[in-house]
Amino acid sequence: MGRYLFHIGRYSVFLKGLFIKPERFSVYVRQTLVEMESIGYGSLGLVILISAFMGAVITVQTAYNLVSPLVQTYIVGLVTRDSIIIEFSPTIILLVLGGKVGSSIASEIGTMRVTEQIDALEIMGINPSGYLVVPKIVAAVLIMPFLVIISMCVGIAGGWLAGDLSGVITSTEYVRGLQDSFIPFNVAFAMIKSVTFAFIITSVSAYQGFYTEGGALQVGRSSTAAVVYSSILILIFDYVLTQLFLA
Amino acid sequence: MIEVKNISKSFSEKQVLDNVSAVFHKGKTNLIIGGSGSGKTVFMKCMVGLHEVDSGSVNYNNRNFSEMNFRERKTIRKEIGMVFQGGALFDSMNVEKNIIFQLSMFSEMTLEEKIERANAVLKRVNLTNVNHLMPSEISGGMKKRVAIARAIAANPEYLYCDEPNSGLDPKTSIVIDQLIAEITEEYSITTVINTHDMNSVMEIGEKIIFLYKGKKFWEGSKEEILDSDVEEINDFIFASNAMKMLRKQKPSSVK
Repeated sequence: MGRYLFHIGRYSVFLKGLFIKPERFSVYVRQTLVEMESIGYGSLGLVILISAFMGAVITVQTAYNLVSPLVQTYIVGLVTRDSIIIEFSPTIILLVLGGKVGSSIASEIGTMRVTEQIDALEIMGINPSGYLVVPKIVAAVLIMPFLVIISMCVGIAGGWLAGDLSGVITSTEYVRGLQDSFIPFNVAFAMIKSVTFAFIITSVSAYQGFYTEGGALQVGRSSTAAVVYSSILILIFDYVLTQLFLA
Repeated sequence: MIEVKNISKSFSEKQVLDNVSAVFHKGKTNLIIGGSGSGKTVFMKCMVGLHEVDSGSVNYNNRNFSEMNFRERKTIRKEIGMVFQGGALFDSMNVEKNIIFQLSMFSEMTLEEKIERANAVLKRVNLTNVNHLMPSEISGGMKKRVAIARAIAANPEYLYCDEPNSGLDPKTSIVIDQLIAEITEEYSITTVINTHDMNSVMEIGEKIIFLYKGKKFWEGSKEEILDSDVEEINDFIFASNAMKMLRKQKPSSVK
């Protein structure tokens, strides 16, 4: 218990250290754009691939589970749409990105720590946590909602294609399901979740990397811890946000 | 001038520095020597503020660095250049960007002026046509030179070098030592070097501080160290056969 309290306290101090006035704003902006390309464009292929298959699987499985004369077929499209928008795109995709982006951030910053690059920044009079972490957090918070929107579109399209090709639902019924009982707030809710999870992934991973001590082995451990803790926090906050906004 | 007054530092139960005091004068190459685990690196890290001291103070020209907060320390840190043991060059930047990084953050120089400055310091450390190479593409000796170039790019008043010739061949080590000594004299900076290399001590040690088990055990010049009758120093400096042979010669024969 004491160990967890220690980490919560140090994480809070770490976050506070991020909000120091940047040494040079233009350098931070340029760094943020670089990170946006790395996190956003660098993850696009993975997001599209996972979303397409995720949408396809949801459609086929929903159709498989709703075999009843009482349930109209177009409901498959509705369930696919809501499952993708509310849960799969903002949560599952960001869990996957937590693995990819989180481990990358933790190992990058951890390696900088053990090779004294972070010390070098500090000696130069630069706030190392601000320079290294703030651009990553800002970039992720700005770009991940776009990845989630892309994931929603690709997932729904994947479900449409799989439903039509497998014959479990016609295109007309699928589109009718997509249009039925649409609640725009669900998209806003997904955006709230994606921004929250993006912050969790980047800040927790950066924290793990920043306090790495030792060598290559410890960098690997920090990277693993970053993925584990950010995943657990994403699941906890997924429940908290759902309870807050949808219950 | 850097004045260290009675600093102590412990990690958990282990006391690494015990009441160490020292004065480092401008324009001199000051060496901190001692065996592995003697507290050299911790001493240097306390001086630059990478470790907080438990007691005592570090003063830069009578400015108490130890009592300053991060923002206040920035002013002094802009006057400090440091060469780390492994170079600590930024992996994501090429040689030129590594050198101009600090200038980009704090100076109002144009890009052309910064590149001109980078070329000047690279020329000073005898490196040419390396501007666009990444740190992973250059040798260990070149990394050290680039690290020195980066450290002097912003015209520091204080230069710290943590084991600058570790991992280098003897010839390159001498070149790096001489380069640091020349730069110290040329720019009139206060240089503090951490080393356990006796070649460095005999080449460039104008003032030497010997640390032993976290305490300052001895202080003097390279000429005096050979005549020292302190057992701990002799155990350290005459551990190699080359130094034993040197001891047989008259101290006056030592450069």
